[in-house]
Amino acid sequence: MPRVLLIEDDPSIREGVGLGLRRRGHDVSSAGTGEEGLALMGGFRPELVLLDLMLPGINGVQVCRRIRETSQVPIIMLTARGDDFDIVVGLEAGADDYIVKPARTEVIEARIKAVLRRLSDPVGSRPGVEHHGELTIDRAGLSVAKNGERVPLAPSEIKLLLHLSASPEQVFSRQQLLEYVWDHSYHADARLVDACVRRLRTKVEDPDASPRYIQTVRGFGYRFGPL
Amino acid sequence: MRRIAPLGLRTRLIAAFLLVAAISAVTTAALTYQQARNAILKQTQDTAVSTLRDQVEQQEVRLPLDQTELQRIVIELGKRGKPHPWIIFGEYGGVRVSTNPGTPTSSVITDNLREKVRRHNYTAFQRVEDQRGNPWLTVGVPALFEHNGSTVSTGAVFYASVPLSTEKQTVEAMVDAAKQGAVPGLAIAIVPALLAARSVLRPVRDMRRAAQRLGSGRLDTRIEVRGADELAGLARTFNETARALEQSVRELQDAEVRARRFASDVSHELRTPLAGMLAVTEVLDEDAERLDADTAKALRLVSAETGKLAVLVEDLMEISRFDARAAELNLDDVDVAEAVRKTLERRHWVDDRIVTELPERVRARLDPRRFDVVLANLVGNALRHGGAPVRVTVRTAPGEDGERLLIDVADSGPGIAPEVLPHIFDRFFKADAARTRSAGSGLGLAITLENVRLHGGTLLAANGPAGGAVFTLDMPLEARA
Repeated sequence: MPRVLLIEDDPSIREGVGLGLRRRGHDVSSAGTGEEGLALMGGFRPELVLLDLMLPGINGVQVCRRIRETSQVPIIMLTARGDDFDIVVGLEAGADDYIVKPARTEVIEARIKAVLRRLSDPVGSRPGVEHHGELTIDRAGLSVAKNGERVPLAPSEIKLLLHLSASPEQVFSRQQLLEYVWDHSYHADARLVDACVRRLRTKVEDPDASPRYIQTVRGFGYRFGPL
Repeated sequence: MRRIAPLGLRTRLIAAFLLVAAISAVTTAALTYQQARNAILKQTQDTAVSTLRDQVEQQEVRLPLDQTELQRIVIELGKRGKPHPWIIFGEYGGVRVSTNPGTPTSSVITDNLREKVRRHNYTAFQRVEDQRGNPWLTVGVPALFEHNGSTVSTGAVFYASVPLSTEKQTVEAMVDAAKQGAVPGLAIAIVPALLAARSVLRPVRDMRRAAQRLGSGRLDTRIEVRGADELAGLARTFNETARALEQSVRELQDAEVRARRFASDVSHELRTPLAGMLAVTEVLDEDAERLDADTAKALRLVSAETGKLAVLVEDLMEISRFDARAAELNLDDVDVAEAVRKTLERRHWVDDRIVTELPERVRARLDPRRFDVVLANLVGNALRHGGAPVRVTVRTAPGEDGERLLIDVADSGPGIAPEVLPHIFDRFFKADAARTRSAGSGLGLAITLENVRLHGGTLLAANGPAGGAVFTLDMPLEARA
């Protein structure tokens, strides 16, 4: 069972969520502040971070950025619906998904599983490595290189890229992507997709040109190519 | 019955001014005309009468008069017409002569005049018109002579008929002058009328604009007070009223903001402990199995109520955000049929309790999450309070500004009681006063309505012809954030 780092300032949530997840067999380590959480990153080496956005001291969004500087560990934000602006900022900062508080443990675990789930290869027999323009996509190794240089991608980003590039030139609606990539079966929030696309573009597209790999199809969604 | 449109203040003021000007012009003209006409005619009359009398007196009338003698005198008199040339008629018994050889008897001398002259033996005159409408002055002078100190009539009478056409022309010229003077006079009268109208209308117009601004919510509107007349007083009163209104509205708004913030703060504060509680309800439910009955019951109660409380707080937060106008639309282009199917699938309403009519390939621009909430609430209510089968019908119709998306959710239940219908979207409204808390928070339909409004749509509740309740959602196919 995965090691989860829970960064949450409120003791009742920290204890409650920690208790609920441990009961389901997760190895949970908790931190009450962002600083504490960042300090735990090295020693505990979590496979997933549950991060409260509203933290005293350095806030959740800053913690998220700091983690992303060195690690591509999946990050799920704990937010309150209505802190809409924070959700967007958090997603821009590199979070993979978010959970609205208050949430039952089963919901939290479902999100954790969805983020950790390796994307099953949608098309069975494929060569391990594909070349799309300057991009090299290794489906088996779940890695992407641009001009031979490895691009560090967060789990949601790599999943999205793999999913889109598996069917080049096919248009996917935001709702479809939410289902395939995020496993969101309810309260679908298209901003998750948009924020992820923006992050992915800053990493793989040329900054001065219009998007080549991940193109927007107005009124429908996104597609990979045509190159 | 069509009422005539009321005339504007400006029109009425100008009309009043013109009326006054017209009345004065006409009165002045009439009086002037009368006076002048009388003066002109009198002068002519006096001259003619006195001239004829003098002339007749100077004539030596030798009786008995014969035709020749009479003719001589008449001709003699005819030469001395004053102020205009005149025609003289002489009458003596049955003898008639005149300066007009063709007409010895005048057509304009009336019997009335003859009668007067004969009866009084005195000069008389009369103004008459001939058949052609030309005015004449007719003067009759009896020829008298002194006899033993008394005046005796000779029986001869001389008449003069003087044409008055010159006087008529003079008078007509005067009337024309009066007429021609009145028109520019009236035109000039419009100028002060306009000035007066403007001085009244401008403050009135300012006030109207200010009232409109005030009505549209600009409560800081004030009018400039000029002068000290009644209009200025009205402006002052307006300003005082606006000030009082602004103050009370501000107090109300502040109170409302405080109340809303309180509700929002309370729900925020409740959310944190609830998040902790909700995370451990599973533990309670699982372990209840292994404890004694009472403890197990208590734990399950706590667990169930925690869940309900979480829903209630979540709904309160949602309503607070609508109240604070902080609710945002996150629009996306979706296939309506697919969105409806997804909503039903997610809640496992996929059996024969639900009948759908979904036209394919209808694309709409809406907020998928909010749309999901709306539809789930309507269908959930229909199943819970109405009864299966529930019919969901999607259609599109042209609207005033673009296509509309229409969704009907009809149940097969007893329908909504008429006394409940007006309150169906109220917060925490309980259809049955004695009813205990239901599974919902009591905010479901209120939130649903707000979500629809956010899309620029309307939601109507009614009872269908078959008896069940029908909720009709009508919103633009392309919502605008």
